[in-house]
Amino acid sequence: MIVDTNVHFDRWPTRRLPDDEPKRLLARLAEHDVAGAWVGSFDAVLHRDVAAVNQRLMKLCRIADRERLVPVGTINPTLPDWQEDLRRCAELHGMRALRVYPGYHGYALDDESAAELLTEAARLGILLQIVANLEDERTQHPLLRATGVDVEPLIAWMGRLPELHVMVLGARRPRTRPEVIEQLVSTGRVTFDLSMLEGAGCVAGWIEQFGHESLVFGSHAPLFAFESALLKIAESPLGELQRRAILAENAQRQLDQLAELP
Amino acid sequence: MIWDLHCHLGALPGRTPHERMAELMAYADRLGIERVVVFMGWPHAVDPDPDEMRRQNDQVLDALSHWHDRAFGFVYLNPNHVDASLREFQRCVVRGPMVGIKLWVARRCHDEALDPIIAAATEQRAIIYQHTWYKTTGNLEGESTPENLVALARRHPRATFICGHSGGNWELGIRAVRSVDNISIGLGGFDPTAGVVEMAVRELGATRVVFGSDAAGRSFGSQLGKVIGAEVSDADRNLILGGNLEQMLTPILRSKGTGS
Ligand SMILES: [Zn+2]
Repeated sequence: MIVDTNVHFDRWPTRRLPDDEPKRLLARLAEHDVAGAWVGSFDAVLHRDVAAVNQRLMKLCRIADRERLVPVGTINPTLPDWQEDLRRCAELHGMRALRVYPGYHGYALDDESAAELLTEAARLGILLQIVANLEDERTQHPLLRATGVDVEPLIAWMGRLPELHVMVLGARRPRTRPEVIEQLVSTGRVTFDLSMLEGAGCVAGWIEQFGHESLVFGSHAPLFAFESALLKIAESPLGELQRRAILAENAQRQLDQLAELP
Repeated sequence: MIWDLHCHLGALPGRTPHERMAELMAYADRLGIERVVVFMGWPHAVDPDPDEMRRQNDQVLDALSHWHDRAFGFVYLNPNHVDASLREFQRCVVRGPMVGIKLWVARRCHDEALDPIIAAATEQRAIIYQHTWYKTTGNLEGESTPENLVALARRHPRATFICGHSGGNWELGIRAVRSVDNISIGLGGFDPTAGVVEMAVRELGATRVVFGSDAAGRSFGSQLGKVIGAEVSDADRNLILGGNLEQMLTPILRSKGTGS
């Protein structure tokens, strides 16, 4: 059983993708025994009417597969009155996880805009998915360039906000340094998806360095081939416990822990 | 049948080439990759002098010696040292077991300095793997684009070229090489962006698309996923995963008397 924490609906701005229609994407996920998919929207990368993006996403997930799809709304804290988007996601849509794209929305994790967002996410008991990268900087469209997000400032935030839970999507190594990963995962409240891990045996390598509780399955489909994430798992020799943890249980546990918050 | 065009000995644990090959092949085995092409030693040298070239090629020769039934080698050459490169070609390909050449980022490949190297490779029917990128962030001074390779290939119509990394920005790389039949693209060493194989098959035909991973710097799995997940026919997929590479290697393997 697989829980895929890193999936998007809607159009990637610079390319049509083989699976950018929900029907195709869901068929692909079903074919590979994906029991849960956490879905955001590529529209959120550039659209400023984020409230509409979140509303459409909610509706689409309901219609397409209420059982398996976890809608993950987007918050852009550089927009006027983003607090209302947050309120709607939490109260109206009942979302338990939200996705942010600091690299595309133009702020850093030690900026003023991040401060209030992180504080609010912690207060509401919402899991924050921080998208570190959507695309290799070397292959970005020249008019859609975004640098990878530096997650080091999160170390201080995790200390300051004991209720904050974070999942980092698309972190690239060695850009994200081992000392930083080490400190973040040692809080027990930060996980990383494997979508942009590279290197022969990279999953086993991660486990050796940071343990198996800190890694979650994220395919970054449909921009990345879903099979790539799957084959990275197959490439590494893993025990059954480690396999299950990474494929589904770590992500599920992170959400469940939040549900139990007061 | 899966053959991997593009592997390295760097980014692996192990003190000796043999130890590193054992690591590499253990991962290859887990994904059913039968044969690998290996080039360059460690540490990575972007502009190796003749001594360093020889040292790195010796590492690969050592790696091959234990794995001759499953690994092929390409000789790493530096067009900033043409005479030394020609001597290395003689040593490693003509008199040695290697079956292709690897050109990296020391000098742009459209430069006429490369001509004697390409002529020697063509004569032996050795495959020429040229690293190429179109980096949005800007190429290194000596780093070739697919268009640089096109200029070279037009001067050498009988040579067999691989456009490494598909140019990275593959929507540009595939277009760049489209009109030049003796250039195939290598699929390794860029993120597993969906759709690359579909576009390549559409624009080049499946016979000009070759699977490679760029392991151990890249994951065999992530790179293989590009082909396994692609919406192409099984016949095309098989060509890409190994059939094409086998076909390209057949002439030189035959002339070495080691053809399968
Ligand atoms: Zn390489």
